[in-house]
Amino acid sequence: MSALVIVLIVCAIAAAGFVLGRARALASAGGDIRGLHSLPSYYGLNVALAALLPALLLLALWSIAQPLLVERSVAAMLPDGVDSALVMSDVRRVADGLALAVAQGALSPQEVAALDADATDLRATLGDVGVALGSAVTPEILDAARTHRAMSATGDLWRAIVVIAAALAGTAVGWSVTNSALRARNLVERVALALLAFAASVAILTTLGIVLSLIFNTLEFFRLYPASEFFLGTTWSPSFGGGSELGILPLLWGTLYISFIALLVAVPIGLFAAIYLSEYASPGVRGIVKPLLEMLAGIPTIVYGLFALLTVGPLLVELFGNGGPLGLGWMDGGTAVMTAGLVMGIMLIPFVSSLSDDIINAVPQALRDGSLGLGATRSETVRQVILPAALPGIVGAVLLAASRAIGETMIVVLGAGAAARLSMNPFDAMTTVTAKIVSQLTGDADFSSPEALVAFALGMTLFVITLVLNVFALWIVRTYREQYD
Amino acid sequence: MDDLRRTEALLSQQQTKISARNVQVWYGDTHAIKDVSVEIADKTTTAFIGPSGCGKSTFLRCINRMNDTIPAARIEGDIEIDGEDIYDRRVDPVRLRAKVGMVFQKPNPFPKSIYDNVAYGPRIHGLARGRAELDAIVEKALRRAALWNEVKDRLTAPGTGLSGGQQQRLCIARAVATEPEVLLMDEPCSALDPIATAQVEELIDELRQNYSVVIVTHSMQQAARVSQKTAFFHLGHLVEFGDTATIFTNPEDSRTESYISGRIG
Repeated sequence: MSALVIVLIVCAIAAAGFVLGRARALASAGGDIRGLHSLPSYYGLNVALAALLPALLLLALWSIAQPLLVERSVAAMLPDGVDSALVMSDVRRVADGLALAVAQGALSPQEVAALDADATDLRATLGDVGVALGSAVTPEILDAARTHRAMSATGDLWRAIVVIAAALAGTAVGWSVTNSALRARNLVERVALALLAFAASVAILTTLGIVLSLIFNTLEFFRLYPASEFFLGTTWSPSFGGGSELGILPLLWGTLYISFIALLVAVPIGLFAAIYLSEYASPGVRGIVKPLLEMLAGIPTIVYGLFALLTVGPLLVELFGNGGPLGLGWMDGGTAVMTAGLVMGIMLIPFVSSLSDDIINAVPQALRDGSLGLGATRSETVRQVILPAALPGIVGAVLLAASRAIGETMIVVLGAGAAARLSMNPFDAMTTVTAKIVSQLTGDADFSSPEALVAFALGMTLFVITLVLNVFALWIVRTYREQYD
Repeated sequence: MDDLRRTEALLSQQQTKISARNVQVWYGDTHAIKDVSVEIADKTTTAFIGPSGCGKSTFLRCINRMNDTIPAARIEGDIEIDGEDIYDRRVDPVRLRAKVGMVFQKPNPFPKSIYDNVAYGPRIHGLARGRAELDAIVEKALRRAALWNEVKDRLTAPGTGLSGGQQQRLCIARAVATEPEVLLMDEPCSALDPIATAQVEELIDELRQNYSVVIVTHSMQQAARVSQKTAFFHLGHLVEFGDTATIFTNPEDSRTESYISGRIG
């Protein structure tokens, strides 16, 4: 019985439990709702949850544990000295293939039991049902696969029995404790609390998982490639034939340079837009401009990348390239730090303006009145009272924007080029950490080579940088927030 | 005491500082001030009393054109200070507000040092040539606000770190530092405890020597204590205006009497 069917059956049991619990509660109070501690549906919900929760928990645990146990006992059957990971994956494929063949009617269960690896061409038979095998099936593997299949089938059967029994038992317990004095409402409340806490911890655990996977792969990389050369090397030239130089400095330089230009564009424009919107614009203008500005934030970054590649890059070449009206000849190709930085800056404008707008609006009206009442103009008020008061929040917003700029990928891939170099000229093509992570992992590289693993070290470095920036930003925002009140 | 007050009031009546004629104010569709005419004397404390929403704060904010910052507000009628129409096209509201200082209900020191709070107005209006002169202005303003002795050793400390009463006196010092001719106070003691209130009231009485002070208050005792003239507002109308002693002892209008004796309001 598949897991989905079991879940459906358990849900049906829970639904029945709901009806039964509700009816019992009503009956125990003699049909008068006012005699109950909680509303009748809470008693029903209580019984339903008593059926659902243990059963589903058991199902989840069983589904995780069963394959592990089955594979361990099957592995014990195999002769020693073979590459067990490789053989086990063969066994799994054959077992799956047999199950599929039986399900599609290509083989009958009796035929499976009577199969002889030497006599029949199992590879062809399984190929017919859509399971491709890498090599011919040996008798050992066939035996192991048959055992695997048999044990899994038994396990599945027991899983269904145990889970459904648990659901029934839960219903029975929930039903039997239902009486008018039971605080069903409080019990349901506690389950709701547990559910919410679970949702919160999923996010935290996922982050933890991401960090751990980064850390292990990074450590693996540093076993193959010296950390000092990674952090201090000034050349980035991966070659999959070996002898790569994987210095992070050119990439880090490119990242910081492009982010710097992006912030140079985004911070003044975003901040001024925020000041206009919160201090000067009439409610009507604000109601139109603010959503329009925030629409910029909804444009996918790949579209910004296209904009950089097709519009901004050529425009810059025309201006600053050879034969341009300025006659400067600084720029050879459309992809450059400047191109990516400008476009990324545009992308960050709504980010900065929206956050700053909220922060400026949080400055109490009393401060504005106080300043205006002393004969200050609006811009004097903004410069001397509002911005100083909002500064910590604005710094926080800028740091958050910076950490987004550092992590941005698509605009860089399309706008900045792919050359890892340390150059001061903003019209040179450069590349960033994120763009190189993409190019290191999208090739045919073997995942155990340092050329591929370096991506994790790069990712880890970025993660640490943005984490520090974010923590710092939040710290600033939080520390100085209570200034007014 | 009463005689002395009356004499003072009579003296100052001859010098009208602010004269309002037929002032009407609308907030959108709400008619907040209905045809108010009043003459406010120089070097006198004038109290505006009346129940909440009667328009006394609105009228106060007309005197330094703070209502201009509210887009929905519309004002008609004339208000003259020293014979000059403040709603004239040629009058810059920003300059006007330097001449007519304002202290608000809730102490609102800027998130700056005590010194910078007081120096804010003088700096904006270029009242000081050089640091020494600014120091002198700040000290004078803080002394006038009776705050100097409490803060002279910590002028660089943030103004927001002071107690509520000190903050309000800092705001008064800030307003005084720009050398205004009129000082408007919008319920300056409503957020303060009785001791701080007493300090501020004492201060108001001293400020009266130099300025025309207009104070909005909910406390009738306060109005009786600090003011020489009292105006009673009700539902947007100026019901009665006269010497404080007369208003509180022998009001002409029955509404005034009901409000003062606590029957309405």
